[in-house]
Amino acid sequence: MLYREAGDFKTSYAADQQTFPIKSERYLFWAFMAFTFLVVPFIADDYWVNSILVPLLVWSMVALGLNILTGYCGQVSLGTGGFMAVGAFACYKLMTGFPELNIFIVILLSGAVTAGVGVLFGLPSLRIKGFYLAVATLAAQFFLVWMFNKFAWFYNYSASGQITAPTRTVFGIEVTGPSAPPWAAYLACLVLVFVFAWVARNLTRGRIGRSWMAMRDMDIAAEIMGVSPLYAKLSAFAISSFYIGMGGAMLFSLYLGAAEVTEAFGIEKSFSALFMVIIGGLGSILGSFLGAAFIVLFPVLLKNIMVGYFGWPTDLAAHFQIMIVGGLIIFFLIVEPHGLAQLWRLTKEKLRLWPFPY
Amino acid sequence: MRLKTTLATAAIATVMGVAPAMADLVFPGLSYRTGPYAPNGIPFADGYADYMTLINERDGGLEGVKIKLIECETGYNTEKGVECYESTKGEGSLIYQPLSTGITYQLIPKATADNIPVHSMGYGRTSAADGTVFPWIFNYPATYWDGASIAINHILDLEGGNINGKKISLVYHNSAYGKEPIRTLEELGKKHGYQLTLYPVDHPGQEQKATWLQIRRDRPDYVLMWGWGVMNSVAVQEAANIRFPMDHFIGVWWSGSENDVLPAGDGANGYKALALANPGSDYPIYADLKKYVHDAGKAAGDGSHAGEVLYNRGMYAALLAVEAARKAMEIHNTKDLTPAMIRDGMEALEITNETMTNLGLPDFGPEFKVTCANHGGSGLGKVQQWDASAKEWKVITDWIAADREVIDALIKEDAEAYAKENNITPRTCE
Repeated sequence: MLYREAGDFKTSYAADQQTFPIKSERYLFWAFMAFTFLVVPFIADDYWVNSILVPLLVWSMVALGLNILTGYCGQVSLGTGGFMAVGAFACYKLMTGFPELNIFIVILLSGAVTAGVGVLFGLPSLRIKGFYLAVATLAAQFFLVWMFNKFAWFYNYSASGQITAPTRTVFGIEVTGPSAPPWAAYLACLVLVFVFAWVARNLTRGRIGRSWMAMRDMDIAAEIMGVSPLYAKLSAFAISSFYIGMGGAMLFSLYLGAAEVTEAFGIEKSFSALFMVIIGGLGSILGSFLGAAFIVLFPVLLKNIMVGYFGWPTDLAAHFQIMIVGGLIIFFLIVEPHGLAQLWRLTKEKLRLWPFPY
Repeated sequence: MRLKTTLATAAIATVMGVAPAMADLVFPGLSYRTGPYAPNGIPFADGYADYMTLINERDGGLEGVKIKLIECETGYNTEKGVECYESTKGEGSLIYQPLSTGITYQLIPKATADNIPVHSMGYGRTSAADGTVFPWIFNYPATYWDGASIAINHILDLEGGNINGKKISLVYHNSAYGKEPIRTLEELGKKHGYQLTLYPVDHPGQEQKATWLQIRRDRPDYVLMWGWGVMNSVAVQEAANIRFPMDHFIGVWWSGSENDVLPAGDGANGYKALALANPGSDYPIYADLKKYVHDAGKAAGDGSHAGEVLYNRGMYAALLAVEAARKAMEIHNTKDLTPAMIRDGMEALEITNETMTNLGLPDFGPEFKVTCANHGGSGLGKVQQWDASAKEWKVITDWIAADREVIDALIKEDAEAYAKENNITPRTCE
């Protein structure tokens, strides 16, 4: 019913290999994209943009990055918060050091800086794996946060250690800073996430993505088949950190506007990013978005229901929210260990056959 | 899933979007009743809410206009704080008092752009005391830098005016909040010749064994503390464990509530803290609070915090907000207030002993006057000391003034740097 596939024939390899092989799904995707680009900027108000849409996009970017490393290449990382901090501080230093630089270039460069740092902290992955690697990346998390606290150069010697995003414009429109219109920050995030989700999708389908997955599934077999572990693992660290660094830069410049390293990029951020990719679905681009949506939006939704609708005391609602989200994480992991993306995949399989399953 | 969630949120948003009655005075309460900072957040939030309830119940509102308090749970987390700000500002919020330096830093640019005043009472960004650069931000009656100077002045008093060569340590929450006093203490160190050592404690501050072992080894003459939440009680306990002389251990006004010292029992006896206002419940207003709020079953939370230091401070914050609103009504001669009018009211606020007596809190807080250029108030503080056997704070000094010469220069310097970084042209005050 929902999927009408009659007459949807593939006559070339390109048509067969495209990301959305089902025609109706393809149309739905483009319609959704058109909605997010052309309609949402006009209808979203401050609250929707600053508390829901921008955090969702920023965290999707981070989850995409971590999914490349953990989901596709199988390298567990607990250093996400630290890498985001690198992105944010690189962004701050570039913004204040080169005021005339376009914010998009600043964010890309912040990603590049983080990629370099990521490769450095990815080096241990060549010798250790599994839990041991997780501990090594945990060291990265604590080291980086400590470093940004310790050396005042990173925060331009401000008395409080806070970094604040100055106003920057794109095509004459303010994108960062307090007076930027909400839709501008939203569109900037959306463009970045759209482009880089596209890139990620195609990277993971190509040679480099296959080498990551080979490395994930069995490193020795992959090595025998000619996949270089050095290249595969370090490229996964570099590209993953690039995404996470951009996410951190966006979090700082487009979302919060000011940040303080211990609070904004602490170990909880590493954990929530890891939850996102696990709940969303390891090794899935869609899963990164679903996981980010679950972790970012669900608490806000619950809060609005319990406090705004039922009028419960805020502390009761906060405690309930922690319990419900925690419970749901366990529920999803038991019912569908491959994450929300797999849940969607199964639903789609059923819907394609519905109402005449065989 | 995403679509479904979005749709559901949209439905909720529609339900919530019902406009409030126009005449209400909307005060958002960005509170935290959960997480590691809840022991301090709860009494403050209760005091804030109870004072607003008292005004509504006893006086029928402010000059007949009811007050509407919207609480929002921030958990002392900046991202949640921003979410709270965005979700409440659309409801006509008049003034923000986030009780978190981190959230205040987030709100300074946002609220300035949205033209909503922020009152960070004794916290937040100290240089916001410069009203020419920060027209929408207020931090009266005293700032962190005043606090640092008051503590040093108290030490000077104890040492007979000479602390040259003494070792003074700062144990601080490793965040924007804890780092605030460092510059001032360094400057004062140059002036008075003491030696400053720093001991950062990372969020949330439950683990301080190593810090206090270092302190035991370094043997400083005095320890100052800029702590918050569980960090306070842990520090007091650890100081007692290493038998540090408690009367040489001085906390800022955020490290001086009952919750911070009670867990350490007798060990905390003699611990000192600064006070923004007097502790205790020995004031006429408490009779009204009991009659109209607590006995009427309208108290916020479980109602057990009345009379605590932070409850009093929450009440004081609410009182200053209400008085600013009263002033704004007087200036603009209207009862339908906007945030901009409240800002004018705050800037013209003058608290005298007479005002405080009329409000049922005689001899409670300092006298101060806010002006266009000075948003920091008079910068006065007292020192209180914990009496573990009586389980109460005793005020041991009169109002101590900060070293204005040093502080004002620092404020000017930092505000100018901020103005330059953000392309702000300071306004002129006549």
